[in-house]
Amino acid sequence: MNDFAGFTTNKARGSNTNRPIYLDYQATTPTDPRVVEAMLPYFTELFGNPHSRNHRYGWDAEEGIEKARAQIAHIIGATEKEIIFTSGATESNNLAIKGVARFHKDKKRHVITCVTEHKCVLDSCRHLELEGFRVTYLPVQQNGLIDLDLLRASIADDTVMVSIMAVNNEIGVIQPLAEIGRMCREKKVYFHTDAAQAVGKIPLDVEAMQIDLMSISGHKLYGPKGIGALYVRRRPRVRLEAMISGGGQERGMRSGTLPTPLCVGLGEACRIAEAEMEAEALRLHTLRARFLSRITEQLSEVYVNGDLDQRIPGNLNISFAYVEGEGLMMGIKDLAVSSGSACTSASLEPSYVLRALGVEEELAHTSLRIGIGRFTTEGEIDYAVDRIVGEVRRLRSMSPLWEMAQEGIDIKSIKWADH
Amino acid sequence: MAYSNKVVDHYENPRNVGALDKNDGTVGTGLVGAPACGDVMKLQIKVSADGIIEDAKFKTFGCGSAIASSSLVTEWVKGKSLDEAQTIRNTHIAEHLALPPVKIHCSVLAEDAIKAAITDYRRKHAAQEAAPADADKVA
Repeated sequence: MNDFAGFTTNKARGSNTNRPIYLDYQATTPTDPRVVEAMLPYFTELFGNPHSRNHRYGWDAEEGIEKARAQIAHIIGATEKEIIFTSGATESNNLAIKGVARFHKDKKRHVITCVTEHKCVLDSCRHLELEGFRVTYLPVQQNGLIDLDLLRASIADDTVMVSIMAVNNEIGVIQPLAEIGRMCREKKVYFHTDAAQAVGKIPLDVEAMQIDLMSISGHKLYGPKGIGALYVRRRPRVRLEAMISGGGQERGMRSGTLPTPLCVGLGEACRIAEAEMEAEALRLHTLRARFLSRITEQLSEVYVNGDLDQRIPGNLNISFAYVEGEGLMMGIKDLAVSSGSACTSASLEPSYVLRALGVEEELAHTSLRIGIGRFTTEGEIDYAVDRIVGEVRRLRSMSPLWEMAQEGIDIKSIKWADH
Repeated sequence: MAYSNKVVDHYENPRNVGALDKNDGTVGTGLVGAPACGDVMKLQIKVSADGIIEDAKFKTFGCGSAIASSSLVTEWVKGKSLDEAQTIRNTHIAEHLALPPVKIHCSVLAEDAIKAAITDYRRKHAAQEAAPADADKVA
């Protein structure tokens, strides 16, 4: 139905090669063909080192990079000097959290984050704890959002920063950024947000939201993998300690020759996302509503995890009670989705994000994450619904828990074995 | 995760899905695992007067390997005596289905399910037939 710049959606997704329907847009997104187009010249004729100051090759590459920097800055309401290129949101989060904390370590020893953050944020915080920092991991409410009063109460005299993600990668919920920003500014604490899942999906403005640092990922917004950015506020200036030593590129915050094609790709991805965000959000919203209503019309005991309204339009996280997530995924192999079930992770623990919402373990095991995006069509949504409904019915018919529920036996009344 | 062809076959065409009357004196029911752990198996056996498992049914909540393990054991126990069924080990199941190490617990659960069903049957049977004449069969 949608035809982007002359590329059919099928070609973009590769469905004519019998691949599964891609419904995992929070894991990654395909690079938009227009982005690829913009990148290509920078692999070949415009291959110069952007840091070469003495000849045309360097200048051309630099021009591409500076244009990209401006495009990235524009989508978040920043200025180009505030954008630092990195290898991705993981590096951006590491640099923001460790870099700011370490720079201020003599005076400030406390960081606040939240339990549903991405592992790279949580792991960066664990590292700071080993270095002697205190870290407060805020719980979330049942809808996945933090409690602002609790945040306010957690800010101490030696708190250096609050790091709260803009949009959660599993449940898609949007944290109250402007409120957090206002509180942090008032208390003179830096506010960092991991916006990997948010940029290009929802309007962001670092001024209005009083954000001091923001992590951006290329491949979550139809840009290439291996590139990201960190917004670092200049007024008032945010100081941080670099993690990579070298030639002092990126205002000394991130040494290393910039990968020009990737930088250009991220810039173009931001330009497209900004131009199309409104229309795309509307389209995805319609698709998601169609998906959800068709599922709930046909299946009982289906639960949406996380707030449905405060959520990016491309995400759904649903528990199909009495059907284990990995078992379900095996039955819908022609759909590429993700599950919060233990069996899909190495740890054998169900999703820590769902557990943090208070979703009971048995329901956490039955969850699917459906990520829809730029190249998802209505036909794919309808097909996915049919496949999921059919498989859930089949698996429920062979689920002892479903049988008990139908017989009116409360599965909580049974004394189950400990594993 | 790549599943073996046998796991896929049992998942797509599970054998002996269903339920037997758990109140029937000739039926033994084993319910093992826990919903919170993501695996629950219910295995039922129907035992003839001469101690042979003449029918078996299962229902399983779990991943493909758990479904396949329970489906497989229903095939294996049919036609066996209780003592023979008792000798089925999780290692046999895991080997037959080529389960990867992270899925070994599925085969353990299936072994537990057989044992639980046999124990349930024997308990019922012993209660039913308090007459000592039949007792040697159970031993």
